[in-house]
Amino acid sequence: MTRKQKRSVVIFGALAMLGVAVALVLTALSDQVTFFRTPTELLAAPEENSGRIRLGGLVENGSVKKDDSTVEFAIEDVNDRVVVRYAGILPDLFREGQGVIAEGQLQSDGTFLADTVLAKHDENYMPKEVADRLKEQGYWQGDEVSATQ
Amino acid sequence: MIVEIGHYALVLALMLAIIQTVVPFVGVKSGDARQIAMAPNLAFAVFAGIALSFAVLTWGYVTSDFSILNVWENSNSQQPLLFKFTGVWGNHEGSMLLWVLILALFGALVGLFGSNLPPTLRAMAISVQGLIAVAFLGFILFTSNPFERLSPAPLEGQDLNPILQDIGLAIHPPLLYLGYVGFSICFSFAIAALIEGRIDAAWARWVRPWTLTAWGFLTAGIAMGSYWAYYELGWGGWWFWDPVENASFMPWLAGTALLHSALVMEKREALKVWTILLAILTFSLSLLGTFLVRSGVLTSVHAFATDPTRGVVILGILVFFIGGALFLFALRSSSLSNGGMFHPISREGGLVLNNLVLTTATATVFVGTLYPLLIEALTGEKISVGAPYFDATFVPLMVPLLLAVPFGPLLAWKRGDLYGAAQRLYVFAGVALLIGLLTLVFIEGMHVLAVIGIAIGVWLLLGAFAEIIQKSGWPKAGASVAAARLRGLPRSVWGTALAHAGLGVCVLGIVSVSSFQQEEVLRMKPGAITELAGYTITMKGFEERQGPNFVEDVASFEVHRDSDYVATIMPSKRIYTARRMPTTESGIFTTGFSQLYLALGDPVEGTDEIVVRLWWKPQVTLIWLGPVLMVIGGLFSLSDRRLRVGAPKPSAKRRQTLAAAE
Repeated sequence: MTRKQKRSVVIFGALAMLGVAVALVLTALSDQVTFFRTPTELLAAPEENSGRIRLGGLVENGSVKKDDSTVEFAIEDVNDRVVVRYAGILPDLFREGQGVIAEGQLQSDGTFLADTVLAKHDENYMPKEVADRLKEQGYWQGDEVSATQ
Repeated sequence: MIVEIGHYALVLALMLAIIQTVVPFVGVKSGDARQIAMAPNLAFAVFAGIALSFAVLTWGYVTSDFSILNVWENSNSQQPLLFKFTGVWGNHEGSMLLWVLILALFGALVGLFGSNLPPTLRAMAISVQGLIAVAFLGFILFTSNPFERLSPAPLEGQDLNPILQDIGLAIHPPLLYLGYVGFSICFSFAIAALIEGRIDAAWARWVRPWTLTAWGFLTAGIAMGSYWAYYELGWGGWWFWDPVENASFMPWLAGTALLHSALVMEKREALKVWTILLAILTFSLSLLGTFLVRSGVLTSVHAFATDPTRGVVILGILVFFIGGALFLFALRSSSLSNGGMFHPISREGGLVLNNLVLTTATATVFVGTLYPLLIEALTGEKISVGAPYFDATFVPLMVPLLLAVPFGPLLAWKRGDLYGAAQRLYVFAGVALLIGLLTLVFIEGMHVLAVIGIAIGVWLLLGAFAEIIQKSGWPKAGASVAAARLRGLPRSVWGTALAHAGLGVCVLGIVSVSSFQQEEVLRMKPGAITELAGYTITMKGFEERQGPNFVEDVASFEVHRDSDYVATIMPSKRIYTARRMPTTESGIFTTGFSQLYLALGDPVEGTDEIVVRLWWKPQVTLIWLGPVLMVIGGLFSLSDRRLRVGAPKPSAKRRQTLAAAE
């Protein structure tokens, strides 16, 4: 092999590798991305949001029902609420009236089946997406929560 | 008074760091030997200043001096001494102080061990290291001062975040930072080489031990963090592809590539420009990681506080260093001479493949981590990219590399014999396939991907030792001759084998847990019995306990196998009194490499039942033992004479064995 040939093998290999990677990334980004929605947004366009969703809002007061190992609760924002079903252990800081994110899919009966529920990591803040959206809706001010800690 | 000394020492360190940046640089440019010779002492002085400041903050924590705002926010007098101590870096300000402490430590180490370096290169590297220190010391003093006072001093502190009150906090951040920040040395050497416009095999020989050291710490730090998250969070997961995890994983991938390309440069003077670029990229990814974790753009346990100015300042530092380095690279790299060429099938070719795959994989992780931030900035749409994305991109990209790893060390430099290597490896490939197929026969409902995964793991594990077997001449040479040859092998050969075997071990653990894990969630009351993976688990009862700064409800479960008592597992739920914050403490029973993992949920109201989540995690500990093997491999390589810092020349006898081995 000449010097030029040797070099072109390496360059070709690198380009092929890059091509495969770009293809994989683009496919994955079109299928595997999870959108964040509030209950209002989710219910406004259920067809568009039939994929995997991160549903965020506040846990409605008095909505938590525990049955065997399944939990049912409602996530609400200023306008709407969605009932969430979840089989598993709730995070330590899951409370009624607090910010929460449920990850899963909207079912045909209008409930939301979650496979992951995330609450905040400590007492100081709520999930960032939730806080941002609720602020937009004028439903919650960040200062109040941090003042209580 | 003591607190002010700490603050003052930090300001002094900043001033000294400015001198550390300017004087050696000017010295090199003007050829002033005295200024060049000052570099190491300046690096020592900066380290001493930061160390004093760190010691003072530690003193504040240990004595619970709540007149320091930072201590009040993150400590409590009731905390056990260990957590008072580790609390120093369990917050934004303190962890940044640890960051610069380690940065200065590495600068001082270059001063200490760099006596065999050309004085100008050493001075220039120390100068660049000083510039990084200036940026971060300035960041700490102006936006994140850990010595801010609080008056009047409260009687009691707010307590450290309970999730962080664990031995993991004592180990994980220091190890991780030693790795992350350790790559700054490679960066400084790369910049110094670009400024000097000269780079050769000797450069790679000096830089490789530093890369290896940083890489070893980063490997250990990531593995430790993974195990910590696994037992502390109570979710039973060991890797979440969380942006913060990715932030540490990207420098690891790039650093691993750097480790391998520096090898080519050292041995063959090839891939020079590429190695320099990788050195820059690796530390740039470390800086990016610092930005992602510390700026508050992400939500996670690691983001202690969200203050927008801090994010902007770190972003500024990031842009300055990465942009500056790449600009210098663009300006100077063409002046670096090209090294020897090689056939695509050769040791160099194998290492190039390694680099291609690792950097591409880094890029996919990079895209997955930053895409949500980009989309939010552009459209305001909030999305998240999770495990499915990485499973679909990172994993398939890595597979060809995993298959190729055992071939690499068997190929000769310049021109290798792929057919010959295949002949040496086909037995291992056969065994790997056989073991994969056996699991298919003996375990019901095996997924074909699991079979492939196990075969790849075994292939890596066995194939790692092919080079050693080849070099020993066994079985053609007799056992005694082979043993003598093994003793004569350079330690770096053992290092390579152990690190590659560690990769195999880790793959086996991952595949085993993802395919054979068993999980159950149920309500149990005292006396209730359940079965999992052949174990009978009986709930005995509850007990309330008082900890130093928490109260906990401990449940005890007795584990039996075939009516023989095996163990008692005691998971608990704690309430930390100062913050009124509950945490879940998992209960783990380790048997062989596998673990039985129990976590408590909420009590069921109106009954004496509680939700319990049980997992059987077969061979899960291999996931972390693999990286431990990698680190041991790194230590072996580091102790190799050829690489030892300050001892570049092998002894006469050694040179003969080396010549014989190659």
